Amino acid sequence: MKTLITTFTSSVMFAAALSIAPMTLAAEADKTLRLAYDADPVTLDIHEQLSGGILQLSHMVFDPLLRWTQDIDFEPRLAESWERVDDNTMRFKLREGVSFHSGNTLTSADVLFTFERLKVSPDFKAIFEPFTELKIIDDYTFELITSEPYPLVLNAMTYLFPLDKEFYSGQDDKGNDKATITKHGNSFASRNVSGTGPYTVTSRQQGVRTVFDRFPGYWDTQSPGNVGKIVMTPIKENNTRVSALLSGGVDFIAPVPPTDLDRIRRDANSQLVTMSGTRIILFHLDQQRFEPFRDVRVRQAIAYAVNQEGIVARIMKDFATPAAQLSPEGYQGYNPDLKPRFDVDKAKALMKEAGYEDGFTITMMAPNNRYVNDDKIAQAVAAMLAQINIKVDLKTLPKAQYWPEFDARAADMMMIGWHSDTEDSANFFEFLTMCPDTETGRGQYNAGNYCNEEIDALVTRANVETDPDTRTAMLQDIERRLHDDAAFVPLHWQDLAWAARKNVQIEPILNVMNFPYLGDLVIE
Amino acid sequence: MLAFLIKRVAQAMLVMFVISLVSFAIQDGLGDPLQELVGLSVSMEERQQIREELGLNDPLVVQYARFAGKALRGDLGVSYFYGEPTVEVILNHLPATLELVIGASLIIFFLSVPIGVYAAIKPRALLSRFFMGVSIVGISIPVFLTAIVLIQLFSIGVTVTVFPEDTGWGHWLNEALSTNGGMPSYGRGDALVPLFGTWESGFFSQRGLLHLILPSISLASIMLPLFIRLIRAEMLEVLQSDYIRFAQAKGLAPRRIHFLHALKNTMLPVITVGGVQVGTMVAYTILTETVFQWPGVGLMFLEAITRSDIPLIVAYLMVVGLIFVITNTVVDLIYGLVNPTVNLTGKKA
Repeated sequence: MKTLITTFTSSVMFAAALSIAPMTLAAEADKTLRLAYDADPVTLDIHEQLSGGILQLSHMVFDPLLRWTQDIDFEPRLAESWERVDDNTMRFKLREGVSFHSGNTLTSADVLFTFERLKVSPDFKAIFEPFTELKIIDDYTFELITSEPYPLVLNAMTYLFPLDKEFYSGQDDKGNDKATITKHGNSFASRNVSGTGPYTVTSRQQGVRTVFDRFPGYWDTQSPGNVGKIVMTPIKENNTRVSALLSGGVDFIAPVPPTDLDRIRRDANSQLVTMSGTRIILFHLDQQRFEPFRDVRVRQAIAYAVNQEGIVARIMKDFATPAAQLSPEGYQGYNPDLKPRFDVDKAKALMKEAGYEDGFTITMMAPNNRYVNDDKIAQAVAAMLAQINIKVDLKTLPKAQYWPEFDARAADMMMIGWHSDTEDSANFFEFLTMCPDTETGRGQYNAGNYCNEEIDALVTRANVETDPDTRTAMLQDIERRLHDDAAFVPLHWQDLAWAARKNVQIEPILNVMNFPYLGDLVIE
Repeated sequence: MLAFLIKRVAQAMLVMFVISLVSFAIQDGLGDPLQELVGLSVSMEERQQIREELGLNDPLVVQYARFAGKALRGDLGVSYFYGEPTVEVILNHLPATLELVIGASLIIFFLSVPIGVYAAIKPRALLSRFFMGVSIVGISIPVFLTAIVLIQLFSIGVTVTVFPEDTGWGHWLNEALSTNGGMPSYGRGDALVPLFGTWESGFFSQRGLLHLILPSISLASIMLPLFIRLIRAEMLEVLQSDYIRFAQAKGLAPRRIHFLHALKNTMLPVITVGGVQVGTMVAYTILTETVFQWPGVGLMFLEAITRSDIPLIVAYLMVVGLIFVITNTVVDLIYGLVNPTVNLTGKKA
């Protein structure tokens, strides 16, 4: 029987890589990081699934063209510079002298190969849908062309991690194309990997441990990172993960459950880093299922009845930021004027005005293992609505059973959490508030069936507005309109937390997107 | 003998068939496997297409027929998450679980026999009462609580300061009750010794053994009291029987009477219960493995459920069913060896 441990980088490849970049093996990269996440990446094919785990892997084994900084700005990585040629074209200059783990050198052809693969990946194609073409100018210059002016070209490029074209071309030993993206089963790309990133995958036993070694030929010799080896163990159980850190079994854990924050703060050998997150948790009010929700006064009454600050303080133990809109602070669309509007008297008055003084009964569904404290939040909201005579028939389900119910729009109020893949406000609107349309895929997660064509038109216009200031004003206006119309009930943005041993300097490498730049990690 | 084995194989087939039917029937309640396979922003159309590729759109009967046809040829499908044949996935995880069960069984065996025998020989001794009291507590604490307490005490460590530190006895008590921690709290460690096939063992290196200790103790904690009580009760009964009295009258050494003559007959029912309990223990490992992130089949199964990895769930249930049938068969065979009057084949003795 063959063992699960597969060696991905043969010594031959190493030798080749060394001969190309002979001197860059940082002598000081000798520290080992023992890392525990709640799950390990499903696959080594970074185009197979768009998920947090895969993006974390992407930043370890690959490099993007550009990446986000801590204050949600762009930082050049494999793209050295870029300029807008005209409304529909952006020209990028690629970094020279970058080599893949296989020893091949990065050129525009690799970027084109990656771009084309992303265009057919079920998970990523939506992000790259606005781009019509990637035109190669020379080995280190290429142009990205959109069909109409597109403001989020750079946002999308944080998802382009160039793949090694030569490595992924041809046929594997079963005669399948090496570049095939398979959602299930055993493809070449899901087992073998060659990127430009700081780490190579040395051994991998799925669900048990993955070992990464620093790539000796890594291009970024300016990186302060001194970690030569990473041992990643998935630890699913929250308590076990925290115990592993406190007992010194691992050096770095994420996520940290809110119930254990104090335990880690009290520990002399550990440090805790928290950040206000960008994932919004909200309830939709389904207008198609439940007729009274079509009345704006009823929706507003519910919006006034829900006490976001109370939920954050009592249930989330202040480990969240109360929300009155979709965009978190730092996003273009964040409208600083919008504040949580808890006011039970106002809510009661609105119910009376709408003719529902005696209330009504609705159904509500929420997951119970998807978001932090999701079932408790749902119970709290149900109790809050009881104050304005709305009886809530609540059902909470494990996530595996919840999503099919969500797709079927099986309750009048349904909970969802959403993180914008593009780190841009428009993504929230496209998926959560635009009129549902199966043709375009708009409003795919709009379980409220809320439909306001005026606002939709504004979103469409904002999506082709390339002037940042004008666009900001437009997106903020949309947030205000949605707020006034009480299109949904926003609750909060979940905070993020990481914890590590004191000597592991995690703070500079963390970001709100939750992909730690482990290549730059320094261990004292 | 052969007839007996054939009968057992036929029984096993029936058990597996029923299990596969049941696990297939409940799969609708386990949720949509696609949610774990694709990102949130994937369109409904794409989802339909993948569902079609996986054959999830076919009626349950068609799906079952397809599954059964392959299963008869030894193919139990491919796990959605691991992308590998389910049997291979289970075989890769099985050694970890078996080692845990072996570790726990050793602890149970080497503690329950002496304690049980002692408690039967000296039922009124203070120590016996103490053991019986502790075993009541042990049996009523859930496994995961034991595990968490063990981790806190021996992995993280506790510092006790309730006694006055400036007095000598207070300092001594504080010291005595505080623990240093340092035991590994998760996983099997990296010092595994490959044995054969996918079996990498933690029994042959010091660090591997260290990783085994806490999980084995917590897994043993639930069964140990049961066995102590069982052995004590059986032994008490055997000690009352005529042949023991005769042996005593004959003037045989008490040690010889207790450990040779009495113990042998005591062990008969213990073996039966033990065999069944080993099967049950495989099920109990789910809790222990979860708390210790022990990469065995229990943890794998629990994760398969949260991921709706249906082929893996079905295969696991069938393999566990098979393990139960096998252990029961083996127990019956051993029983025959220990007690020649037991007749397996139904022939006249």
